Amino acid sequence: MERRYVKDRLRRSMMFVPGNNPGMIVDARIYGADSIMFDLEDSVAYTEKDTARFLVHNALKTLDFGKKEIVVRINDLSSGLGIRDLEAIIPAGVHVVRLPKTDSAQDVVDCEREIARIEAAHGIPVGATGMMAAIETANGVLDARAIAHASSRLIGLALGAEDYVTDLKTTRSDGTELLFARSMILNAARSAGIAALDTVYSDVNNEEGFLAEVELIRKLGFDGKSVINPRQIGMLHKALRPSERDLKKAYAVMEAIAEANARGSGVASLNGKMIDKPVVIRAQRLIELFEADNTVEEEE
Amino acid sequence: MELIKTAAAGTMESGDIMVTIDPRESGGITLDLTSNVMQQFGRQIEAVIRETLGELGVEHADVQAVDRGALDCTVRARVSAAAFRAAQRENEQWGET
Amino acid sequence: MDAQLLTQIPHLEEIAHRGAFSGTPEKHTENFLERSSRENKILPSLEDAIRAAGLKDGMTISFHHHFRGGDHVVNQVVEKLAEMGLKNLTLAASSLAAVHAPLIRHIKSGVITHIETSGLRGELAEEISRGLMDCPVVFRSHGGRAAAIRSGELHIDVAFLGAPSCDPYGNANGYSRDDEHMACGSMGYARTDAEYADKVVVLTNHLVRYPNAPWAIPEDNVDYIVVVDDIGDPKGIMSGATRYTKNPKELLIAQTAAQVIDAAGYFYDGFSMQMGSGGASLAAARFLREMMLERNIRCRFALGGITGQIAAMHEEGLIDRVLDVQSFDLDAAMSLKNNRFHHQISATYYASFLSAAAVDQLDFVILSALEIDTDFNVNVLTGSDGVIRGAIGGHPDTAAGASLSIVVAPLTRGRIPCVIDRVNTVVTPGGTVDVVVTDQGVAVNPRRPEVERKLRRAGIKVYTIEELRDKALALVGRPDPIRYTDRVVGVVMYRNNTIIDVIRQVDES
Repeated sequence: MERRYVKDRLRRSMMFVPGNNPGMIVDARIYGADSIMFDLEDSVAYTEKDTARFLVHNALKTLDFGKKEIVVRINDLSSGLGIRDLEAIIPAGVHVVRLPKTDSAQDVVDCEREIARIEAAHGIPVGATGMMAAIETANGVLDARAIAHASSRLIGLALGAEDYVTDLKTTRSDGTELLFARSMILNAARSAGIAALDTVYSDVNNEEGFLAEVELIRKLGFDGKSVINPRQIGMLHKALRPSERDLKKAYAVMEAIAEANARGSGVASLNGKMIDKPVVIRAQRLIELFEADNTVEEEE
Repeated sequence: MELIKTAAAGTMESGDIMVTIDPRESGGITLDLTSNVMQQFGRQIEAVIRETLGELGVEHADVQAVDRGALDCTVRARVSAAAFRAAQRENEQWGET
Repeated sequence: MDAQLLTQIPHLEEIAHRGAFSGTPEKHTENFLERSSRENKILPSLEDAIRAAGLKDGMTISFHHHFRGGDHVVNQVVEKLAEMGLKNLTLAASSLAAVHAPLIRHIKSGVITHIETSGLRGELAEEISRGLMDCPVVFRSHGGRAAAIRSGELHIDVAFLGAPSCDPYGNANGYSRDDEHMACGSMGYARTDAEYADKVVVLTNHLVRYPNAPWAIPEDNVDYIVVVDDIGDPKGIMSGATRYTKNPKELLIAQTAAQVIDAAGYFYDGFSMQMGSGGASLAAARFLREMMLERNIRCRFALGGITGQIAAMHEEGLIDRVLDVQSFDLDAAMSLKNNRFHHQISATYYASFLSAAAVDQLDFVILSALEIDTDFNVNVLTGSDGVIRGAIGGHPDTAAGASLSIVVAPLTRGRIPCVIDRVNTVVTPGGTVDVVVTDQGVAVNPRRPEVERKLRRAGIKVYTIEELRDKALALVGRPDPIRYTDRVVGVVMYRNNTIIDVIRQVDES
């Protein structure tokens, strides 16, 4: 089956699924996440890297994930495992390869070269597989812009906070410790026109803390967030849903634009104020987000 | 594929299958399968195990499989992993099928 | 009073009377405490009670299942009956559990030759599925059993009812107001047995002073009392609290079920509900609670087997009345004891089709299932391997009574599909099932097109039941059919005492 990544799509939630757990792999698609990320890296013991690879390979080839985006987090290339991971998952039809611990633009370039080689070897159109870079070090954060521009295959940047705070010699707390990294990654991603994805919130029983973090990253401008427990997906989507008031305004903006267009006028106004282009773009995004949340996913 | 040592892959978790492969010189494949869904799926699990070993070119082996409701793709993955471990091969081959 | 006077009364034959007054017996003068220790219904031993009750070969004995997996009454009594040489008895329990495996021995030796129950589990269930008994086991729902007892179709000669508290005259209950002693909370199923059995023997490990009010069973229903050391293992009878599931799949199903209830129009101020005991149906209560708080809506009554979650919602003021036929956990039992409007009801009141039962007042019920077929029939009795491993409970009663019956199940359990062409055993007929909610989609019975329209309008994706079946099969493959022999080992009664299905012996050859 032909699978090809989609550069621009809704990515509110990326659900982590341990790559060596068949039960969780089979169930992954039922929780409504926009993207599913099968993990071959940290959630798989070193002695089970081979079995996880076989399992994810066979699952990708066999199971129907509908229209969900399928991401696989590989081990880093320097470990020697990363290339074997790529050999397994690219012929199986992964949409997006997630690079862990991306430290520099060169990491992206190196990985892209391997992906292209494997695609060609399997008769897959070169360029069919997307990439995303997880940034988990101080160096990576500082090089975020270069990383974001390192490959046209990149669909987004993600923050991996656990390793990052260790590198910074701090710990996770109220988010102050991540403010620079988040801002940097967000700006780097936007400068390349790709998605910005926030790190996981690992205390699954703390709903309040989770929602506070979601509110923070929503304000910053992130597209979405990695999640480790399916229970977080519904809460996340609900929190990212546009408010009634914003939505009404957005529809009013779009109506005014349509009306101006019908009049043959290039200038639209709402309540006596001229509508600027950024206002229109924001309105479009809000409506898109709302409609994505309210459209039942059709499966083939 | 030439098997060198006894090897296993998989777990006893629900939805998984634990496959142990013992190399032997001759006598084809013997399979000792237990499953919590034996009546409904025993036949199909056995077929997938034999088919996967056939594709890997394993002709002679004692295979033990303890199934806890694994789907076909999981059975295939665990048999393959156990066979590659038994062959002490690290260069997996990933064909189209 | 002169007997001569009677002859002067016109129409005497039309006035019911027992002759002329002939004086009173001597009055008691000792205080009631002394009296109740001297004159009462307590017999020295179980054997004495069995003899006094006149139990003979071929008769029917009954038990309740309020002690669940901790029950020591059934085994204790049957052991004694075997010792006394009784044979050919029918054992009619409101349900049986894995703890009752010792019955196998008494079946083999001919002490017990027939069983009626709501369900069977464990070794006893497996042995019966393999053909242990000549006469098929009769399975009835809680409402069906209550109706059959009242109509006499199930005649009980002697009921042996374990009671966590009882006074010397037989006022018995599942808790006591006098102390902290607490065992099972409601004794709803036992009440029907006590009312209709010819003789009633109460076994208690906790004799309290008269009057043991409030009582589940009043003294006029009780003939004999035996004080024993042990009626059950408290740990097996009841755990502290039924916990809400953390299983994400069950939570997903529960949330969808709550949305379905709302979308279908049965979530309004003053609604009535019942939650089954499965993880997903219990979790639905949590989502309903959130919706109730959000919209300031109250539930008029919650019915059935009651859990701590329901009790907590009652104490929170979200549920006006709780009608409790069976307390599932210690929190529910404590609430029954402490809350005036948490009320104990009998099996008859709960679900008998011969009465105006409480199930008929339900807006909705959320029920679990082992299998659902494309005719919406539900099996909760036999496992996917054809072996008996469950209980009917109130499933068919509440499905028939509730305006909206929702059956929840994962689409597949491990590799076993739960939505299939034909259930192994029909327990609840599809004609009474309205909506099926799985983790991978919702199906509405075509009998309820208006429900389907409302669900769609609310943005819930509705599949046909055949589509759900196909999704399941696409995932797990098509299972080979279970092999059975021709021999019938179980008969499944619908709640009106018509035979709805049979269970056959599994073929292991």
